[in-house]
Amino acid sequence: MTTRSTTSPGGKRRASAVDWSRIALNVFLPVLGVVLALVLGAVMLLILKANPLAAYASLVNGAVGSQFGLTQTLVKATPLLLVGLGICIAFRANVINIGGEGQIIAGALMSTWFPLFFHSWPGWLLIPATMIVGFLAGAFWGFIPGILKARLNVNEILSTIMLNAIALQLMNLLLQGPLMDPAGVAARTFLAQSAQLPQQVWLPRLVPRTLLHAGAIVAVGLAIVVYVFLWRTTIGYDIRAVGLNPDAARYSGINVPTFQALSLTLAGGFAGLAGVVEVIGVQHRLMEGLTSGYGFTGIVAALLGSLHPIGLIPASILFGGLLVGADKMQRAVQVPSSLVMAILGLVVLFVSGSALWSRRWAARRRIGEQRDQESGA
Amino acid sequence: MKNVFSLAVISGILNTMMGLATPFLYAALGETIAQTSGVVNLGVDGVMLLSGFAAFYVALSTGSLWLGLLAAALVGLLLGLLMSFVSVTLKAEQGVSGIGLYMFGLGMSSLLLKILVGTVKTVQGFAPVPIPVLANIPFIGPILFRNSIPVYGAFLLVPVVWWMLEKTTLGLKIKSVGQNPAAADSLGISVDGIRYLSVCMGAVLAGVAGASLSISVLNLFQDNLTAGQGFIAVALVYFGGWSPIGVLGGALLFSVVNSFQLWVQVLGVKIPASVAIMLPYILTIAALTVTVNRMRQPAALNKPFERGES
Repeated sequence: MTTRSTTSPGGKRRASAVDWSRIALNVFLPVLGVVLALVLGAVMLLILKANPLAAYASLVNGAVGSQFGLTQTLVKATPLLLVGLGICIAFRANVINIGGEGQIIAGALMSTWFPLFFHSWPGWLLIPATMIVGFLAGAFWGFIPGILKARLNVNEILSTIMLNAIALQLMNLLLQGPLMDPAGVAARTFLAQSAQLPQQVWLPRLVPRTLLHAGAIVAVGLAIVVYVFLWRTTIGYDIRAVGLNPDAARYSGINVPTFQALSLTLAGGFAGLAGVVEVIGVQHRLMEGLTSGYGFTGIVAALLGSLHPIGLIPASILFGGLLVGADKMQRAVQVPSSLVMAILGLVVLFVSGSALWSRRWAARRRIGEQRDQESGA
Repeated sequence: MKNVFSLAVISGILNTMMGLATPFLYAALGETIAQTSGVVNLGVDGVMLLSGFAAFYVALSTGSLWLGLLAAALVGLLLGLLMSFVSVTLKAEQGVSGIGLYMFGLGMSSLLLKILVGTVKTVQGFAPVPIPVLANIPFIGPILFRNSIPVYGAFLLVPVVWWMLEKTTLGLKIKSVGQNPAAADSLGISVDGIRYLSVCMGAVLAGVAGASLSISVLNLFQDNLTAGQGFIAVALVYFGGWSPIGVLGGALLFSVVNSFQLWVQVLGVKIPASVAIMLPYILTIAALTVTVNRMRQPAALNKPFERGES
C-alpha cells in the first residue's frame, strides 16, 4: 500500500476526471451479487417444491406492474434511501451503524409527539420543524453509541443493536401510556397506536389516490446534499480520511474518535428522518411495527449502492420494489415474503465478499499507473 | 410483593437462570473461539435461528431430540463454512458479512417454518434429568442438579473450552493467528485453516445454542425465535474479555436479570413489561463500558490476513 493513495482520499489529481471503469466495476459487482442471490433463491424454492418463475413473476408484477405498485415501490424506497444515506456516512468513517431500527423509532416518536403538542402551528412551520426535531431525535440515538465508542471504546455494532431493543420497548411503553390514542382509550379498544396527527403536518401526496408523498423528493434532495457534504466539504473529507486509513488520519492531526462519533450521530439523524417521513408521510400516526426492518434493509441498499449517495438512489428503489413485490408474491402464489429477507442476506454476503476483487483490481491499477508514470518520466 | 424475596422464589429465579443462560453459553463460548482466532462472527443470531429451526423440525418429524441436535450442529457447520469462506477466504468486512449471515438465517428460518410446518406446533423437549443424591441437596440441588442434558452440557463446556484454548497446541495456534497472523504464518501455521476451524467450531456451538432454545428451553419455533439473543452472546464475549470464565460470569449475570424480570412479571409486581424487557439490554450496554479486560482483545480481531500486507 502506498502512503500517497491512503492519505489523500479521492486525490486532487483524480478528482477532476470521472473514473468510468471504477464506476462500471462498482455497478457490475453488486448487480452480479443480486443476480446470484436471486438464482440461489430460485434453487431454494425448487427444493421446497415451489415454482420460482411464478414467484418472481408475481414479485416483479407487484413491484412495477401497476401505478399503485410503482408508487408503493417509491414509498418504500424513501425510508431506505434516508437510512442508507446515514449508513453511507458511517461506513465512510469506518463505523458500522446497525442501529437504524432504533434511530427510526426515535425519530418517529418525536415526530408524533411534536405535531400533536404544537397542533396549532401552521403547516409551513410545523412540517420543517417536525422534520428537524425528528432528525435531532435520531441523531441523539446515534450520538449515544458514538460517544460510547469515542470515549469508552465500546463496540458500536453491539451498542447500536442493544439501543434498537431499548428504543422498541420505549415505543411500546409510550404507545401504551402517554402517546396512546385518547379515542382508543375512550372506546376502550386500547390499540397500541397514537392519535392521528393534525392534517397540516401531513406531507403532500405527489400522485392522487396513492401513498407517494413529498418525502421522496426530500430524500433525493438530501442524497445530493450528502454527496456534496462527503466530497466537497472539509468535514466530509476528514470523515472519509478517517475511514480510509485511521492511522494516517491520526498522524495528519484528525481526531479520529470525534469524527467517528460525528458520523454515527449524522447516521442516526438520517435514520430518524426516515421515521419522520413514515409517520407524517404514510401513516399519519405512530403504530407498532413502523420500522419494517428498514434499519437493516437500508444497510443492504447502502452496500449495493457502493456506499455512494447517488448510487444509493437506484439501490433503494430496487429494494423498495423487492419489499413491495414480496408482499404481492405472498398473497398471489403463497411464497412467504421472508424469502426476500433470505435473499437480502445472500446479497450482503456476496457484495461484502466481492470487495476483495475490487480491492485487488484497484491495487493492480495503481501499480500499472506507477509503471506508466515511471516509464513516462 | 412480599414474597418476591422468599427462598422459594429465589430458588425459582436461579433455576430459570440456568435454563436462560444455556443458549448464551453455547453461543458465546463458540464466539469466543472464533474471535480468539481473529474473526468476528456477527451472524451468530442467524445461525441460532436456522439451526434452531432445523432441530425443531427434525425433532418434530422424527421424534428424536438427538437427531434434532445433530441436525442443528450440521446446519451450524454449513453456515460456519459459508461465513469463513466469505470472511477468511474472500476477506470481507466481518461486521458486514455477519449481518448478511444474520439476515439469511432470519429469512430462511421463517421461510422454512411457513412452508414446512405452517401452524404453531410444540415439541416435547429434553426433560430434566435429576442427578442422584446431589439433586436432593436443599436449595442448591433443585437449582444446579435438576436440569436437562443441554443445560449440563453448556456449563460443562466452560472448562472444556478454557482447557482447549489454554492448555492444548490447537488453542495455542488459535491464539497465535488471532494475535499475530504474520508471525504464525511464518512458523508454518495455516492461518486460514485455523480460522476456518475456529469459525466452524463457533458456528456448530451457535447451532447447538439454537437447538437448546427450540428443543430444550422453549420447545417451540416461531419467527425470530431468538429475538437478538445471538447478538447479546457476541456482546458477552467482549464483556467476558475473551475468556470462557468471563463469558460464564456475563451469561449468569445477564440471565439472572432476565430471570428476575420474568419472575417479577409472573408474580404480578406492577412494573410495565416494556421496562422489564428493557433492563437486560441496558445492562449489556453498561457491561460493555466496563473496560477492565480490553487489554485481552485479540490483536488481529476483525482484520483479514493477507500475506505480504502490513
